[in-house]
Amino acid sequence: MVEARHVEVEPGDLVLLVGTMKGAFLFRSEASWARWERAGPFFPGHAVYALAQDTREGRSRLWAAPESSHWGASLHLSDDFGRTWTEKPGAVRFEKETGASLRRIWQIAPAPGDPQRLYCGVEPAALFESRDGGETWALMSGLWDHPHRPQWEPGNGGLCLHTVLPPLDGGPFYVAISTGGVYRSDDGGGSWRTAHKGVRAEFLPDKHPEFGQCVHKIARHPSRPDRLFLQNHWGLYRTDDGGASWQDIANGVPSDFGFGMAVHPHRPDTAYIVPLESDAFRCVPEGRLRVYRTDDAGASWRALERGLPQEGAFECVLRDALATDTSDPAGVYFGTRSGKVFGSPDDGDTWETIADGLPPVVCVKAAVA
Amino acid sequence: MTITVRLPGPLLPLAEGRGEVPLSFEGATVDDALRALWERFPGLRHRVLDDQGRLRRHVNVFVDRRSVKQGAGLATGLADGAVLSVIPAVSGG
Repeated sequence: MVEARHVEVEPGDLVLLVGTMKGAFLFRSEASWARWERAGPFFPGHAVYALAQDTREGRSRLWAAPESSHWGASLHLSDDFGRTWTEKPGAVRFEKETGASLRRIWQIAPAPGDPQRLYCGVEPAALFESRDGGETWALMSGLWDHPHRPQWEPGNGGLCLHTVLPPLDGGPFYVAISTGGVYRSDDGGGSWRTAHKGVRAEFLPDKHPEFGQCVHKIARHPSRPDRLFLQNHWGLYRTDDGGASWQDIANGVPSDFGFGMAVHPHRPDTAYIVPLESDAFRCVPEGRLRVYRTDDAGASWRALERGLPQEGAFECVLRDALATDTSDPAGVYFGTRSGKVFGSPDDGDTWETIADGLPPVVCVKAAVA
Repeated sequence: MTITVRLPGPLLPLAEGRGEVPLSFEGATVDDALRALWERFPGLRHRVLDDQGRLRRHVNVFVDRRSVKQGAGLATGLADGAVLSVIPAVSGG
């Protein structure tokens, strides 16, 4: 069995978690970006679609949801940057009366403002909540019992609840489901309504159905909680009214198809995407690996390519594989299906290779220790 | 009834590192035996069964040399002294 490598992480270090189809990795660097060190693989042989860093109240806790094609998905935590992991066997599970079984944990989301609360977005599409720091979990029945749920349809990745944006200061709670759309709760997750008016469903005869949109990712800036950016299965959108209406912001991008989307940690008009050619050819256009950034909330987008391969790079970045950290200027990071990880120390202006030769990357999460 | 349960490497951390477990229990079926196994090693249950209590798709359980999926599933009968093996099926990429 492969031996996991470990690294020492000091306060102030940059910590990058990378989930792949065959295990999880951790990369650390000093804030200067002098050198990235690799730890892992953790959970070798397991697909790790969900990773999280819980830094609330001075914690340095990692969460991971490895998944075995034999033994299913499970939830683990580490308080020593991956040297040891503690499993919570069967903690996230469907009860008998639901008739459902957990297939995959797609997202682990610590709730801002409540250090004991966490959420898991899973497949089949559902939301689980823990109020005791992850010891016990319960299905959030308000979403599970929503009358739309039986009609949600799985996309190619399965029927997944892949994005979880818990309330900020008692504000709205958003989740995104492929294919279901964006759902919003104003009572902490008790009841839910759609929040995707204006988002098209290109693959349905009715392009604006009540629900069924294939939303690939939504991203929210903490200083403007009513503003969300959305990368759709065809379509780029922004809302400034908490999802009541969405505007098309695909202005000057080579394609509005893609998966990943992230916001700048300090500038609410700045967001990042990696356009892909089409749903039929899920590679970056022209074999040129370019991140696109808007600095005016989607009125225009600029290609960022310094340090990224611009010839023969038929890469794909998946929905949870693009992230920013909390630095200023921001660190921006993404991983590819070909196992490369790139990072930018300067808001995306220049890029460097952090890793090459990993298994296919499905998840990237960044934080400052 | 007393049987022997054999576990594969990936499950050993959840069974105190034991690949072979003698198991005495009340009952006569694979289901009865597995319930006794979960009592002893609770973490194993969610590896072998899904949330609805069904054998996972890519996990096989054999009674001696015969897969229970070819028999009566978890209701397959057991005889005293049987060997119950949990074996991962061909899967993955």
